[in-house]
Amino acid sequence: MVGKVMNKAEGKYIINGEKGKWEVVIGLEVHAQVTSNSKLFSGSATKFGADPNTQVSLVDSAFPGMLPVINEYCVQQAIKTGLGLNAKINSYSVFDRKNYFYADLPQGYQISQYKNPIVGEGKITLDLQEGTKTIGIERLHLEQDAGKSIHDLNPSNTYVDLNRSGVALMEIVSKPDLRSPEEVNVYIKKLRSIMRYLGTCDGNMQEGSLRADVNISVRKEGEKKLGTRCEIKNVNSIKFMQMAIVYEAQRQVKLLESGKKIDQETRLFDTKKNETRSMRSKEDAHDYRYFPDPDLLPLNIDKNLIEKIKSNLPELPDQKKERFIKDYLLSNYEANIIVSEKEISDYFEEVVKTSDVKLAKNWIMGDLFASLNDKNISITQSKVTAKKMAQLIDSIASGVISGRTAKEVFEIVKETGEEPKKIIETQGLQQKSDPKELEKIIDKILEDNKDKVEQYKSGKNKLFGFFVGQVMKLSSGKANPQLVNEILKKKLK
Amino acid sequence: MSIDKDKIKHVSKLARISVNDKKIDGLTKDLTSIFKFIEQLNELNTDKVEPLSSILNEPLRTREDKITDGKMREKILENSPQKNEEFFIVPKVIE
Repeated sequence: MVGKVMNKAEGKYIINGEKGKWEVVIGLEVHAQVTSNSKLFSGSATKFGADPNTQVSLVDSAFPGMLPVINEYCVQQAIKTGLGLNAKINSYSVFDRKNYFYADLPQGYQISQYKNPIVGEGKITLDLQEGTKTIGIERLHLEQDAGKSIHDLNPSNTYVDLNRSGVALMEIVSKPDLRSPEEVNVYIKKLRSIMRYLGTCDGNMQEGSLRADVNISVRKEGEKKLGTRCEIKNVNSIKFMQMAIVYEAQRQVKLLESGKKIDQETRLFDTKKNETRSMRSKEDAHDYRYFPDPDLLPLNIDKNLIEKIKSNLPELPDQKKERFIKDYLLSNYEANIIVSEKEISDYFEEVVKTSDVKLAKNWIMGDLFASLNDKNISITQSKVTAKKMAQLIDSIASGVISGRTAKEVFEIVKETGEEPKKIIETQGLQQKSDPKELEKIIDKILEDNKDKVEQYKSGKNKLFGFFVGQVMKLSSGKANPQLVNEILKKKLK
Repeated sequence: MSIDKDKIKHVSKLARISVNDKKIDGLTKDLTSIFKFIEQLNELNTDKVEPLSSILNEPLRTREDKITDGKMREKILENSPQKNEEFFIVPKVIE
């Protein structure tokens, strides 16, 4: 390792080399699988996890004479995503052939878009600790996915599954505006969130629906010119992207400081060794000899179609966040967390439709999130549904149970999915909120602890907590704490 | 554009066409003359002309997002030089 990496107060990620400070410049090419029933140019299914080679047509396996016919829904999905990225939709775009040979690419070329992509420049706003930052989007284009090579089923051969061959991808290219692993993390999460809100990509990284090529270069702090970049291919998790950036930036600084040059090349991130290395097989990879695919006419997009899609766009994370801050008085931080996943914001809105907002946000972001983490499940899989959460919160708000008892009830709901109301009733967990009953208990305690009452009255205020504790003990925790406080204060005057 | 031996080797490698060393000289000569002929087009000024992607003035035909194909594994694998019941089998591709 070359020197330490530090995050300065202003949030800048800088590598302290031996000969100066270096800035890291990162651009991402995200490959997002379009959510659709069938493939981009054929009628085969796109479902994940099907038996090998069962979702393959003669088009996908590139039999001679087969012709591609474009899926109109995939085009609409790309437009929708473009609009979600505040981008320009191009009324004219062209499909090109990107030529290279690989075992999982039966055509010998990938149908992609080169000079004229379907979507032009746009932007994404990131919420970072030090404030907001806008990341430019260079373009979004449609292309085919390749098949899958499986190397570990046989020691001397590679197995090829073409189920993924021809599935529609959106390649979303950012400008080189990212400056740290953390910004990459926030960028990917935001992009994923936008696409999930739009329903254009499920963002499932485990299933490979979202992968990225990471372009990295370094330059001396303050330098305006970009350095020579390396491209790290096909990284499929945010954690690996961050690890690859940390390693690769260090490697480049080390090379440059020892007077060497960076070769512009394609590299691979080895997740086991935590290092990047040159992919020699891709030596000529940049010589793709693009040309317009003669099997496909240019794609003309009607303005009316764009308008129609625009008018049907769902509320996106940024808009929802603004509304939550305004309507529910959430803090920026709280709003960011709640809108980060559409499912979480839906849950929140269902709860606050009937119940107290403050309790709702605290319970969702506290106990509920903790239980999701524990069980490693998503909010939609939790047994504590929004309805049950609302019921629990209502019981607290109306004074039926205390916050402490609510935690116990929550534990039960989380495991069994039982209705909070039922649990409270059958287990007799209702708080004692009858002032007369509480007064009786309190009188007894004061009677039994006359010495402490004296001490309290002579100024030992801390003893108040002792009395509250005794009341709770005697009522098996069911006394309404607020009422206990009120009555105690009155009696101890 | 001049075509030299290295260019021929590079292009043949990209296209996965093996070119015998003996043939390179002849190919270089042939390709150079072909390029010369085509390069006559460069005499025209095309600065303000958009590249032509298709000569047909028709809209791209589209299809609905429906599953209408697939489920023909046997047929797909049938002509593969090496296969098993589920996969195409190729020489080991190592990264």
